[in-house]
Amino acid sequence: MTRVGIVGMGHGVFGRRSDATVQELAFEAFREAVQDAGIERSEVDASVIGSVPEYHKQRSLPGVVQEYLGLNPKPTWLTEVACASGSAAIRTAWMSIKAGVHDVVAVLGCQKMTELSTGEILALMGRVGEVQWESVFGTTFPAYYALFARRHMHEFGTTREQLLEVAVKNHYYGARNPKALFRKEITLEKAMASEDVATPFQVYDCCANADGAACLILASEETARKISDKPVWLDGMACATASMSVLRRPDLVGLPSARQAGADAYAMAGITAKDVKVADVHDCFTIAEILAYEDLGFCEQGAGGSFISDRQTYIGGEVAVNVDGGLKAKGHPIGATGVSMTYEIARQLRGEAGERQVPDADVGLTHNVGGIGQYCFVQVLRRD
Amino acid sequence: MFKWFGKVNFSPYTKVTDFAQHLKDGRLMGTRCKACGATSFPPRADCVECMSGDFEFFELTGKATLHTFTTIVAPPTGFDDVVPYTVGVVDLEGGGRLLAWIGDTIQEDQVEVGMECQVVPQIFEELEDIRVYYSLEAPGTTWAKTDSAM
Repeated sequence: MTRVGIVGMGHGVFGRRSDATVQELAFEAFREAVQDAGIERSEVDASVIGSVPEYHKQRSLPGVVQEYLGLNPKPTWLTEVACASGSAAIRTAWMSIKAGVHDVVAVLGCQKMTELSTGEILALMGRVGEVQWESVFGTTFPAYYALFARRHMHEFGTTREQLLEVAVKNHYYGARNPKALFRKEITLEKAMASEDVATPFQVYDCCANADGAACLILASEETARKISDKPVWLDGMACATASMSVLRRPDLVGLPSARQAGADAYAMAGITAKDVKVADVHDCFTIAEILAYEDLGFCEQGAGGSFISDRQTYIGGEVAVNVDGGLKAKGHPIGATGVSMTYEIARQLRGEAGERQVPDADVGLTHNVGGIGQYCFVQVLRRD
Repeated sequence: MFKWFGKVNFSPYTKVTDFAQHLKDGRLMGTRCKACGATSFPPRADCVECMSGDFEFFELTGKATLHTFTTIVAPPTGFDDVVPYTVGVVDLEGGGRLLAWIGDTIQEDQVEVGMECQVVPQIFEELEDIRVYYSLEAPGTTWAKTDSAM
């Protein structure tokens, strides 16, 4: 079966985009990706949309996106696995090329989250967990990760400072990313003084809803080499799941889906964690990035707190993590996030990340989590 | 009558609907597979081990150890009148885990991971509809049980 390469990519500005519909956001990213690939739009055989439908007034999003992109009558479909919908779109596009069904596929991650009223957002927030036995007690998304954070602090001595140092790092790099929602550095003191959300979390432990879109154009190896002189290869493509209910997890100090997907992706690509130079991981909350360090084997279980306080995930450390600002500073338009991660890593492997460039980046990784680890997609990317 | 379960209920129809009647009567029930004996809390009708759909309820002691907790300050729809509230996850004696509010018998500043607690069936007194739930209370907390016809 063919190798699959990224031959084009585009990325809109993430933020409160009161200036655009979701299909207009998708178009920005698609136009940039087609221009980057240097192909005609007619060469795209199909599109896959990664998005979470309940945020949009428009039902059945692929229909309106495909029309606006001018891709009719080419096929399109939607993938949805919560915050990992974008990586699921990449995976199904990759599968369709591996299978020989399509040769060139556009992947669109797109989401408008700021059109809902506060009331609608609060109602959605009350149903993120397992609704039969958990949501009846008023659980929220931050609350679930707060449960993990509290347990991690108890078992391993992880501190509030270490958690918030993740936010400080991601804001440092977000300030240097023109596509990011928050382009301001923060201090640990400012983060420690922010309001409580779900203890131990304060405002700066949490990422923010955003609008945004990102696009990748994937092709079979033969076509990729014709289109691009610098294709980036999707060489490790894994996904795994864990129970919907956190009550049925083996432990609350990591995500079993991430541990499994990480091991599978390394095996498929024939690498180990030590080979990864740059990674984008799912830092929806500060603890989530620390869990990712451990679940992916960047450090030992329990050592994630000191891994960040020793600055091992800044550029120049053991592995550069979320040097685009992560979900925390870049913003988290949930369907777009997975595609945005792969965009960033592909830019790094092409050496086009500017002042945020990781030296000698030849192997990169993405880690995109859906929900509270119910789904996890891990990709290993490589350049020639 | 599973619609009784929870301050806000999202799933009124389920094969384990009698759970809520038992809870109203003061009994916390898990499920046991009649085919292979596997037990579950939270309850489930269909056995995850052997796939049998033949199950029975059994009563749990409700003795538990606090695994982790969080105090929610920013609530979702339907919970703004009880905020802030502390949600704990406990490991149940005999297996399984449960998520519930920390109740009135435990002081806020006494809550810590690893503490022993007692799961206690509760009825919302202030609501007109029947609404049942369970809370995490100090060890030794007692409560009334009734025996309604099932």
